[in-house]
Amino acid sequence: MIVDNPFQSNAATPLIEMVDAAVAPPRGGGVEVEGVNWRIFPENFWVVAGESGSGKSDFLATAGGLQRPLRGQVKLFGNETFTVSEAALVEQRRRIGIVFEGGGRLFNRMTVAGNVALPLRYHRNWTENEAEDSIREVLELLELIPLAQQVPGSLSANWQHRAALARALILKPEILLLDKPLEGLDFRHQRWTLDFLAKLSEGCAYYDGKPVTIVATTEDLPPWKKAARQFALLKNHRWQEIGGRAELEAGGAELLQENWTENI
Amino acid sequence: MANALTTPDDAPQEAPAGILNWHRAYLGFVSRKLFAFTDAVHGISAFALITLVVLFKKNRHARRVIHPLIRGQIERAGLRLLPMTSYLAAALGLVIIGQAVFLLDQIGVQNFTGTIMVTVVVRELGPMIAALVVLARVGTAIVIELGTSRALGEVEAMEALGIDPVHFFVVPRVIGLALSIFALTIYLIIIALLSGYLFAFLQDVPLYPSEYFKQITAALTWQDFVLLALKTSLFGAIIALVTCYQGLAQPLRIEEVATATTRAVGRSVVACVLLDALFIIVYLVM
Repeated sequence: MIVDNPFQSNAATPLIEMVDAAVAPPRGGGVEVEGVNWRIFPENFWVVAGESGSGKSDFLATAGGLQRPLRGQVKLFGNETFTVSEAALVEQRRRIGIVFEGGGRLFNRMTVAGNVALPLRYHRNWTENEAEDSIREVLELLELIPLAQQVPGSLSANWQHRAALARALILKPEILLLDKPLEGLDFRHQRWTLDFLAKLSEGCAYYDGKPVTIVATTEDLPPWKKAARQFALLKNHRWQEIGGRAELEAGGAELLQENWTENI
Repeated sequence: MANALTTPDDAPQEAPAGILNWHRAYLGFVSRKLFAFTDAVHGISAFALITLVVLFKKNRHARRVIHPLIRGQIERAGLRLLPMTSYLAAALGLVIIGQAVFLLDQIGVQNFTGTIMVTVVVRELGPMIAALVVLARVGTAIVIELGTSRALGEVEAMEALGIDPVHFFVVPRVIGLALSIFALTIYLIIIALLSGYLFAFLQDVPLYPSEYFKQITAALTWQDFVLLALKTSLFGAIIALVTCYQGLAQPLRIEEVATATTRAVGRSVVACVLLDALFIIVYLVM
């Protein structure tokens, strides 16, 4: 079932489109999700919920063009993944920011500032000095200035996740994919992350007021009810769109009652 | 009881069956090893080809990021190994070269000293020892650091940021190790030849330094310099490619990193020896 979403414009090209896609882990092991028909339009804020082991991480990696779908098509910015030239693939990846689960997979041999600087320096051929202003701006936005010279291993999960978010934002991607961004965070950081993402999706000064398209996965939907605008489920290997906040309030939440927390 | 002590009728037939089983097991073992070897050669060759394409295609891309990485690899596989190389070169000179000079002197063929020095030190032992030192000290570290990065998902994170892992991880190591082993070999040869003469001098061999180095320079040809540069650079490239391949080119779990490291050392040694054998043929043809 594809539900009309309130931010969808018929004229707009979907940023990401999945057509009859099936998702499987890269090392094999059978289909995790199938029958995915999904379109993400600019300014959407999707939350995809699913229980542990439902294939959320592989689903997000497939949607982001990092993994091939087992069947069906995945299109990024109108082009099917893995059929474009290498230059176009790099360009696609620069337009998508991905934050991985569990500490964001930071580069352990670099400092926080080094992690954040690397994509910018690599793509623009900048020295450390040339990248300094941009790095400072994003570190200030994420409140990471005091930790800039620390290595990721010395940070708590809360701050590791924030550093990974800073690294994903440094290239100002059009769409941000976040794999379980609240997992392992304490209450204060969960609240901060939800507020921050809500601000990004509404448009903030860092993006010159332009709203950012966001997709997040979660095992715990209730905390996202106020922040996100579109909701979907991965359940029994199937993709199910719930719809917007109204549909979630109307009945979709009943699907999520088992073992899930209350609103924070 | 009597039946138990007598030999059963079918006893003579059991021995051939046992030998046959042993042969089958041995053939199976050899086949598996050959298959694994072919598979490794195929994988490493494809990886080398990809690296070569990236090396030329992206040689101007992100130079301000890649060049410091290359300098870092030269420092790690070259400068930091100078003390260890000095020690090994001095030992090589004293133990092997010094004795060779001494023996040549005893049988009265001192005029062959230069030829033997060039053959043993410049063509064979110098490059191989430098390569083995780099493999032991840097090659193993490469597999561990790249294997850990792979196991922790850092490589996928890099791809997600649009950064080519081959360009970022492999190219600086290939260039860095190729240059380092070349430079270390030159350094090792010089120290070994000097310490070799020192040993001969201490043994009262009647050989003047001018004569010793005259023989060596007379035995050296321009092809020696070209082939030395080519051989040592290839040793470096091979060690970097094999260790990067083992750490990076296939999905790894953290508990598999140790196995990948030992496998990389074994395969690097085999590859270097095969390359050395190839160069022996070139030297013989020359």
